[in-house]
Amino acid sequence: MRLGVVVFPGSNCEQDVVYAARHLGFAAEYVWHGDTDLSGLDAIVLPGGFSYGDYLRCGAVARFSPVMNEVVRFAERGGPVMGICNGFQILTEAHLLPGALLRNVGLKFICHAQPLRVEPSVCQWLDLPAETVMSVPVNHNEGNYVCDADTLERLRDGGQIVLRYCEPDGSRLAEGSAPNGALDDIAGICNERGNVFGLMPHPERVVDSACGGTDGRAFFESMARILVEAAS
Amino acid sequence: MARYEILVTYKKGIFDPPGATAQRALVNLGYAEVADVKIGKYIQLELEGPDATLERVTEMCDKLLANPVIEDYRIEQVGEA
Repeated sequence: MRLGVVVFPGSNCEQDVVYAARHLGFAAEYVWHGDTDLSGLDAIVLPGGFSYGDYLRCGAVARFSPVMNEVVRFAERGGPVMGICNGFQILTEAHLLPGALLRNVGLKFICHAQPLRVEPSVCQWLDLPAETVMSVPVNHNEGNYVCDADTLERLRDGGQIVLRYCEPDGSRLAEGSAPNGALDDIAGICNERGNVFGLMPHPERVVDSACGGTDGRAFFESMARILVEAAS
Repeated sequence: MARYEILVTYKKGIFDPPGATAQRALVNLGYAEVADVKIGKYIQLELEGPDATLERVTEMCDKLLANPVIEDYRIEQVGEA
């Protein structure tokens, strides 16, 4: 697997993603936001950070970077794209994923290890069994996912809800108690085809047992397996 | 030169955490009559040349200045600057 990690002005997690991929034995390279050539890349990651200072709305300006036209084309051809945190916000602004991410309900920047529950989904970036519980750090101010009622129904029916915030034992949170206020406790969603995936937590930070956990490996390894299967 | 003012607010039904916090703070200050507060954005544009049209400003709002998924906007032309 050859991963392209897009660097916008203000991205600050691109090195972590490249480190994570290389640590797991995959090739990874940086893609500058002004670049328009994604050839040779198997999958694209939009990393976390504060692209363009989060001015106007998180991800609103990054969405119009030259590289994003290519990312949209790549995604439309079925190419795998994962947006982490600010990357998720960029994917919603680019309309590659539905809904939007608002300010956290408590108005607090949240930063902690967060229990997540794997939902049965069509997502290509995660082939773990449903109800697997993992612990992955969250680190954001605007992770409060919202969408309209029709979209939520489509997400539920289409297996597009990939991850939910949950209790440490995997049970559902009391209604309305997601750490950022996210609708239906949504931590990550994918598009109908499952190739475009956005999530607020940071899997790249938990791939090395020296750094507090390895639950984040599954995302990179699932994608690598799918790419190998597709090539054979 | 034409000057436009744009007000961007959350759509009905979208919870506005800063607005809700300000509402609670006002009630705590003794303004019990405050039932709701919505906080939005104010944007001022100055346009020059033959393309300085309302149509173009609307396009700018739809494309960048507002997110139609969560926000409504109102444009006012406030005269020649």
